[in-house]
Amino acid sequence: MTLPAIQVCNLRKQFHRRRKRRRTDAPEAWALAGVSFEVARGDTYGLLGPNGSGKSTLIRILSTLLVADGGDVRLLGHRLPEEQARVRWLIGRVSVDAAFYKKLSTRENLLYTALLYGLDPASAERKAMHVLEQLGMEQRTFSAPLEEMSRGMQQKISIARALMINPPLLLLDEPTTGLDPKSRRDVQAFLEDLRRREGTTILLTTHDMAEAERLCARIGFLAHGRLVAEGTAEGLRRQASAATLDDAFIGLTEETAAAGDTPTGAPTDR
Amino acid sequence: MERGLRQTWAFMFRGYHLTRRYLSWVVVFNFYALTGAAAVALIGVAAHDHQLTLTLVVGALLWNFLSVLYNEIAMSIAYERWEGTLEYTFMAPVSRLVHLLGISLFALCNSIVNTTVVLGGLMLFTPLSLTGANLPGVLVVILASTLAFVGLGVMAAALPVLSPERGAEGTHIFQGSLLLVSGVYYPVDVLPTWVQPLSALSPATYTLSACRKLVGIGNPATTAERLAAAPLSAVTGELVVLVAMGFVLIPLGLWVFGRVESWAKRTGRLKRTG
Ligand SMILES: Nc1ncnc2c1ncn2[C@@H]1O[C@H](COP(=O)(O)OP(=O)(O)O)[C@@H](O)[C@H]1O
Ligand SMILES: [Mg+2]
Repeated sequence: MTLPAIQVCNLRKQFHRRRKRRRTDAPEAWALAGVSFEVARGDTYGLLGPNGSGKSTLIRILSTLLVADGGDVRLLGHRLPEEQARVRWLIGRVSVDAAFYKKLSTRENLLYTALLYGLDPASAERKAMHVLEQLGMEQRTFSAPLEEMSRGMQQKISIARALMINPPLLLLDEPTTGLDPKSRRDVQAFLEDLRRREGTTILLTTHDMAEAERLCARIGFLAHGRLVAEGTAEGLRRQASAATLDDAFIGLTEETAAAGDTPTGAPTDR
Repeated sequence: MERGLRQTWAFMFRGYHLTRRYLSWVVVFNFYALTGAAAVALIGVAAHDHQLTLTLVVGALLWNFLSVLYNEIAMSIAYERWEGTLEYTFMAPVSRLVHLLGISLFALCNSIVNTTVVLGGLMLFTPLSLTGANLPGVLVVILASTLAFVGLGVMAAALPVLSPERGAEGTHIFQGSLLLVSGVYYPVDVLPTWVQPLSALSPATYTLSACRKLVGIGNPATTAERLAAAPLSAVTGELVVLVAMGFVLIPLGLWVFGRVESWAKRTGRLKRTG
């Protein structure tokens, strides 16, 4: 049996807010209070949760940008944070904010990333341009400063950047939030195609239930740092006895809201 | 190897294109450096004191070189925070050594350009003649100082990782303190006695002391027409200190940066907003 692409076991993370006037660090609620799940190779897993439920924190930990307080993470068999140098070659990330040098052009931003990864600039650029083409972007805008691009375009460029290294694992943090319906559909179609063609494993967070249903083989509901339900869209609807995934989401994430409100309660598994 | 070179080049590439896009600001900044240096040097011209003029010119040139070098390195992380790209740089498989090397090389290019501009301006505004100066010696001293200042810059670059706002402030406070204690335009013995021990800790103090000797400042044989420069062997002491400082400060800078980075990853400080 092949190893799962993502293995997360009892993952915990808590932030401390530094108070003014040198009071002691005040611990906040657990951003992740013992989250466990697995994603099989080539699967797309959707992580859904209200704002502040810990989705981005989880993605940051998997992206080697944040070190967890406890628990176990393995990406394609490599442990984090111990093997982060290895893992960095295997992941592409798209965050909700398209983080670019806004004064630089699309081309310059992409070439910078290619060089940063030590890739051959010419072939990396070809790869990125191919992705942009598939996402429905035109070639002639690529030398204008990126700040002149719409949010949808920036997000597509962000996806092209993440794919330049051909990552077997793609971490997408709300990639379609704030996009117009057409761009959103472009991105979704592209991701479906990517999974089918390349067998890329995708971890996706979103607020869009239809998107999750369309793209994800399995879906997890995150609330207050806990994974409160997990399964196929169909399974989740059944579990909540709800007609739509929307209803299931609201039902299942609110049920546990009270439990999650105790800030220093010991984190539990799931 | 090839990968490492490309990665180093990435930072030069980025710096070059950012400079291109912000070119008007670069011109303004260089203009300001030039007028500032000329204004200081003209104090010596007004006093009809050739040695003073020479001291001010050497001080202005060296300070421009070292402060641009330091500042460019120290602020590189702060710029990335403002652009919001820091997380992407930190998750790329590039070693911190290569990252900081790339930034330092770009900073070095910047300070060479800036210092050349300032030198050109000083030539225009002061009756400056460098005949007799030990220029190769000066270059050796600058090269040795570069190491130490790269180390200081890397250490200061870690501050904006800790805190975006406070960090950038801290790098400037440190730069200001260096200017004061290193005796850029005056001998350090005019500083209050309690400050003088600090000047011994600043690498710039040794750079200035050595370069003054190498252009003949303080040598009674120096005239307006011909500088009576010391040979390189006269500044062996300063060179040894500078190289030693470089050998301590660069690894120390990398170590500090690494510690700060892992602290930031534990506490969540890498995040764009906070
Ligand atoms: N870098 C950080 N520093 C402090 N608190 C943070 C940081 N990142 C996230 N948090 C807190 O952790 C919780 C989860 O946030 P996040 O993972 O961003 O949620 P989501 O992405 O699901 O909206 C929130 O309460 C948020 O305030
Ligand atoms: Mg988020």
